[in-house]
Amino acid sequence: MTDKLKRLKENMYVQLFLSFFKLGLFTIGGGMAMVPLIQGIVVDEKHWMTEEEAVDCIAVSQGLPGVIAINMATYIGHQKKGIPGAVTATLGVILPSFIIIILIIKILSGIGDNRFVNGALTGIKAAATGLIMFSAYKLGKQVLKGWFQVALALCAFAAIVLLDVNAIWPIVGGIILGLIYTKFRPENKDGGEEK
Amino acid sequence: MIYIRLFLAFAKIGVFGFGGGMAMLPMIYQSAQQFGNISSDEFSNLVGISQVTPGPIAVNAATYVGFCTAGYGGAIAATMGVAVPSFILVTLTCYFINKFKESNVIKGAFVGIRPVTVGLIAAAVIYMGQSVFVDISLIPVLILAATLVLICKFKVSPITIVIGAGVIGALLCG
Repeated sequence: MTDKLKRLKENMYVQLFLSFFKLGLFTIGGGMAMVPLIQGIVVDEKHWMTEEEAVDCIAVSQGLPGVIAINMATYIGHQKKGIPGAVTATLGVILPSFIIIILIIKILSGIGDNRFVNGALTGIKAAATGLIMFSAYKLGKQVLKGWFQVALALCAFAAIVLLDVNAIWPIVGGIILGLIYTKFRPENKDGGEEK
Repeated sequence: MIYIRLFLAFAKIGVFGFGGGMAMLPMIYQSAQQFGNISSDEFSNLVGISQVTPGPIAVNAATYVGFCTAGYGGAIAATMGVAVPSFILVTLTCYFINKFKESNVIKGAFVGIRPVTVGLIAAAVIYMGQSVFVDISLIPVLILAATLVLICKFKVSPITIVIGAGVIGALLCG
């Protein structure tokens, strides 16, 4: 029995699932917070990747659209065990959020209209608004270095807030204008390096 | 069919969602709006709760909207929608990793994407504010101001701030 358990623990799929489940469970505050933790597990603890491979993995995960944590889980799972590995790692990283959100919905609807809960939510939302403001400010300071960048940010903001445009279009527009801009100003390699 | 609609609505995020969770908020909000029963108030509750619960906000949102719209099956369909495009794109990129790293097209695209994400995050502030500050009352405004001071000046962890704001809100806003 213990022998079986030990072999199960050494199974790569089980390890992938458990490692990413833990990551999904303990990283609060989104994908960026997860990056150093993933590096720690994958490079230092499990030796699944070299430092350099991990840097590639981060570059790909941030360079592609989608949730960074899912991108990283897919990448690492795929490197270790192909498609089944990618599925296992991705499920691991998603499941904690999935379970916790459903629990919260059940608990909140069970409580119903309680003035303390509503008050707490009001406080949480006010703070979250501040956090998002700060995030816009921080990224803006880093990225908005010229008229081109400022104009793009303002247009994206106005299109969504004032014209209620689908958020896909500012992204598509940004890609096209970014390509045109770098084409005509190839010496200009700014645009704010990713931190 | 509702499951397919949920899947597709959230697959958009997997395909066009650049720049991390906060920049995805307008897209998430618009996706949620397609399924009538998510109000802007609920959306901002979700964003607030996501600051203190683990996991990526896009996954939290997909689970939330999917579950409220069509139960467990809906939650699974919407969450799959977020994950499947990433899955395909990352797997493909693994085979072209060197080309990907040196690609001028990708570098050029990001020159445009990064400023746009600033605009998207700023738009998310408006969405959030709409529901919190409908009737301008003192406590939420003070909490917002305190949050900005704590994070800018004192670098307090966002989790601590949000939990503190929840406690204060329960006591003073209830």
